[in-house]
Amino acid sequence: MPKHSINVTVNGEQHTTEVEPRLLLVHFLREALNLTGTHIGCDTSNCGACTVLLNGKSVKSCTVFAVQANGKQIKTIEGMANGAMHPLQEGFHQEHGLQCGYCTPGMIMRAHELLEKNPSPSEEEIRWGISGNLCRCTGYVNIVKAIQYAANKMKGGA
Amino acid sequence: MIPAAFEYLAPKTLPEALSYLQQHGEEAKILSGGHSLIPMLKLRLASPAYLIDINGIPGMEYIEESDGYLKIGALTRESALEDSALIRSNYPIIYDTAKMIADPQVRNLATVGGNLAHGDPANDHPATMLALGAQVVATGPNGKRTIPIDTFFVSLFETALDKSEILTELQIPIPQKGSGGVYLKLERKVGDFATAGVAAQVTVDQNGNCRSAGIGLTNAGAVPIRAKKAEDILAGKKVDAALIQQAAQLAEDAAEPSADLRGSVEYKKAMIKELTKRALTLAFDRAKGGL
Repeated sequence: MPKHSINVTVNGEQHTTEVEPRLLLVHFLREALNLTGTHIGCDTSNCGACTVLLNGKSVKSCTVFAVQANGKQIKTIEGMANGAMHPLQEGFHQEHGLQCGYCTPGMIMRAHELLEKNPSPSEEEIRWGISGNLCRCTGYVNIVKAIQYAANKMKGGA
Repeated sequence: MIPAAFEYLAPKTLPEALSYLQQHGEEAKILSGGHSLIPMLKLRLASPAYLIDINGIPGMEYIEESDGYLKIGALTRESALEDSALIRSNYPIIYDTAKMIADPQVRNLATVGGNLAHGDPANDHPATMLALGAQVVATGPNGKRTIPIDTFFVSLFETALDKSEILTELQIPIPQKGSGGVYLKLERKVGDFATAGVAAQVTVDQNGNCRSAGIGLTNAGAVPIRAKKAEDILAGKKVDAALIQQAAQLAEDAAEPSADLRGSVEYKKAMIKELTKRALTLAFDRAKGGL
């Protein structure tokens, strides 16, 4: 099968490369770009561990082909910290929003879009908002707190 | 899980996509949101030689009212339905449906056209479109044709779309004054297919009597099911709890679910009955609120 040339911007950096059409975006990120912060959990679009932003929208990168990202902007967990930790990263740290950490990059990328659309979500809106992300360690109490922490911080609060 | 190799085609216009379809027909699959197709490719339940990605075709994502219809472009994402002020205020049944599909990330990509064209009776829009009396616009080499939703679902994963056609638009008659609709879905967890799902759309007259009702059932048989007898018993009647109970029983009778991990046949049928009762009760409330 012919390869396709794609041009994608990942965390602000442009990459032009050839990919096989069947290459999934998550494999492209992890194996071609060595951005292994994006995790593969279930590989069936259930768990959300592979969540990244595609043109600002959270998607499950195990269920998108890399070739579909041609011409688009991708943001992964590696693109979140800018000198200092992003408020979401800080929130997960401060509020103990993780135990093993496997789900965390996906949780953070999903929460990122959630807070972009709704900067002051209620607890219910947060829980509904992360309903496509599974955590098998902590339950969700501290994850919700972490997102609330980030929401407050991003609004300029403490 | 790695899909079998395929050739990727990314047309920029609808005519270009149609010509690829004509060229490759049986060997090609249309890629829209991809959230039914890509999992099937990964499991190798499907291995088409060509994928025709229609996401690059402009002008296929819209939600608008014109010519007496709500028109929804086939590539409209579920998240766009959820976020649409028009859908939230005037079509709560569609809002109910969209927000229960999969999860937020999936809804960012999944399309309403794909949800129907996949022909899966476990998908949620089919029941809602049955309740709303929608029609499907298919575009092929000879132009457009309109397919009534009642003839669209042929058998499991098979629709009335020809191999040379692409589903391009959905048309829903704009409900009359005094209409209300609801979609209720019982699921084990977020992202699961329905254990049972019921869509109900009703219209009432000035006195609150039922003028017409549409009832569609999700995951209750090999194809999405219209509960015709339940609809008929409501039409023209004064609505009370006993009548709704009767209609719910007729909906249960119309359901032919199969047993699986989500439950036995008896359980699923009982859930269809209960959900129909609840959906009709709420739909009539919404309809009366709209008078």
